[in-house]
Amino acid sequence: MTADLRKIIGLHGAVLVILFAAQFFLPAYHHGNLARIMVLATYAMGYNLLFGYTGLLSLGHALFFAAGLYGMGLGMTQFGLGAGAAVVLGVVAGAGIGALIGALALRTEGVAFMIVTLMFAQAGYLIILYFGSYTRGDEGFVIQQADRLVAGLDLSDPTVRYFAALSIFYAAFVVLMWVLRSRFGHVLIAIRENEERAMMLGYDVQRYKWGAVVLSAGVSALAGAAYGVLFGYVGASFASVQYSIFPLLWVLLGGAGTMLGPLVGTIFMFYLIDLSSGVTTAYMLIAGIVLVCLTLFAPQGLMGELRNRFWRWLP
Amino acid sequence: MTKSKTIKPVSTQTTRRGALKTLALGGTAAATLPLWARYAGAQTAAPIKVGFQVHRTGIGAAYGRWYDRTTQAAAALINDQGGINGRPVEIVAEDDGTDPKRGAEVIEKFATQHNCDIGFGTLFSHVVIGSAPRAGELKLPYFVVSEGHHVASGMLNRYTLQPGITDVKSQVQAMAPFVASNLGKKVTMIFPDFAFGHDHRDFFTAAIEAQGGEVLEQIAIPPTETSFTKYFPKIPRDTEVIYHVMVGPAVLTFVKELGEFFGPQRPEIFGFIDSLEAVDIGSPGLEFLEGTYFWEGNPRYAQADQSPYDAFFREKVGVDSNGASVNDPKDVSTYAHMFGCWETLHIVKAGMEAAGYQTTADRAKLIEAVEAMTDLPHSNAHPQGAKVFNGKTHQVFGHQYISKVTDGKLLLVHTTSIEDTYYPDEVDYTTQPL
Repeated sequence: MTADLRKIIGLHGAVLVILFAAQFFLPAYHHGNLARIMVLATYAMGYNLLFGYTGLLSLGHALFFAAGLYGMGLGMTQFGLGAGAAVVLGVVAGAGIGALIGALALRTEGVAFMIVTLMFAQAGYLIILYFGSYTRGDEGFVIQQADRLVAGLDLSDPTVRYFAALSIFYAAFVVLMWVLRSRFGHVLIAIRENEERAMMLGYDVQRYKWGAVVLSAGVSALAGAAYGVLFGYVGASFASVQYSIFPLLWVLLGGAGTMLGPLVGTIFMFYLIDLSSGVTTAYMLIAGIVLVCLTLFAPQGLMGELRNRFWRWLP
Repeated sequence: MTKSKTIKPVSTQTTRRGALKTLALGGTAAATLPLWARYAGAQTAAPIKVGFQVHRTGIGAAYGRWYDRTTQAAAALINDQGGINGRPVEIVAEDDGTDPKRGAEVIEKFATQHNCDIGFGTLFSHVVIGSAPRAGELKLPYFVVSEGHHVASGMLNRYTLQPGITDVKSQVQAMAPFVASNLGKKVTMIFPDFAFGHDHRDFFTAAIEAQGGEVLEQIAIPPTETSFTKYFPKIPRDTEVIYHVMVGPAVLTFVKELGEFFGPQRPEIFGFIDSLEAVDIGSPGLEFLEGTYFWEGNPRYAQADQSPYDAFFREKVGVDSNGASVNDPKDVSTYAHMFGCWETLHIVKAGMEAAGYQTTADRAKLIEAVEAMTDLPHSNAHPQGAKVFNGKTHQVFGHQYISKVTDGKLLLVHTTSIEDTYYPDEVDYTTQPL
């Protein structure tokens, strides 16, 4: 084991241990917040795979998050599935839509890819509204507390919810870490760094990018399904354009192309809004100013700056 | 060697400066006596914390501004009257951005950080539906002012109540008898193609058919639409009444284009004032509305037979006889809805007093006390009108008002009975555990 690998395992292991231990000392409010943040950070990790590691900037990831959310929610309300099976259905729905969208959107690149993904997401949002008799349109619907059970565990219980959120975060973290250290992940990074060279080396770049879209969509859908089943609500606002922008912001703030960046960015943004809203009603102005400053003075994001300045080994 | 100890003489005489200080302190205490003495009977003088989930930003901001003013006025009045169970009311306001995700976070903040006694005041349905599950899990009584049917439909939970404003189902069905008797029986509906519009479509279609009428055409407008002329040719020629519930900034364009399409030869037109809350009826482009009819939750313009309770409410909130701010005639209120905050806070006061509410451990008693309420008489606490609360469905029922635009103002022409608004119970929340 190299020294860098030991550092990588040490740092990331410490973060995972802290997340596990946090539930024992955090006050109730922050305990609930951290459960929510871990689910949203999972969404950001899914986004980071495509944006941070593959170099594809999507503006339509809310579609995948919502596919997981509605796949899970409709699976329970329309097909009578249990919570566990419904989450699986949500992930399959998100990955399936990712496969379809990927096959179409990857015919474009650059700005066109951004616009095509944005348009698909907007179409998805309008489809949710159109089928209002099933989805309850913009109002959304509630997943009843009595239905939010997995193996007899009540997911509305704060401790169970925290463990569930932690498990989902762990699972996504470990899988993505493994993927990025695999040959597949190395090719994705090669595509990000120099797509023409990767092609020249004989890699089927389109197939790798499509695989990244499917995996990214699946992880995002997992987060969406988990969010719905843990917090009891399925609504169209999660399919709106702002939920495509959020993971981009979280990843940019935390550090694109770093494993811990999505978590750090999500925590930062969450508490920036939460704390500044307690100071002034113009809290979005504060958030905007902070974001501009970060972009100017830490363009690689918080973890990206740490990597540039101190920890060159940071994955 | 011993040290000598100097002992200063202690003066027991009253100095002029000391006397003045004592008098000043005593005077201050006496002057503030009315402020604190009225809370002295309570076991604790700590305030009752009302977590106010307010739409300060996002699509609900115009409503949120007036909900805030009404809530602050109601809290000030309750405190002037001695508070609740001898304790002052403190409004803890948090902006939810009119977003269901943030709404749920705000509910968590009320319950676990601010230690609020209740959550209160949410209007937009998607925020209510997104927040209510967390309120139920945290056992935080959640008093919404939304007019959505989500409470009475059974979708939510025992900790969510709507005792201060009627719901859209009762409002819509109560309009049908007036429309069928006075405007016509062949109706074309124009509504936004999302849940709010679908509620109107479904509830009114059933209600007008029960009156012997029919809906000739249902025209759903996509929520992103900015121009409406292309939809108007779908209106059947034999339409006697157009029923519209368009909302959002495009409503001015909608009315203007409807006027251009029909000209002076138009069918009767009936709409919901939701379209024009916080909008001056005299705004350029709205001239076409002259002679048309609107549902109002509470008449915006002070009527000739205005009740003393409405006058009291307007004065306390700071609304003039035209429904605008007394400080700015252009700042038009959301008068058809905002009374709900006032009435809900008075229900909370009555419920807490009936339950002998002292701490957050008494939240379940508060729920049961409110569930036990039935008749709510027309009064300063209920200035919109008398109401009947259904403890099983957690929904209040009350009079609805129909006004006609006359000389650029809304003139009340019909008041429904409370019975017109009833429908069979769809849930019994009292069977759920607390």
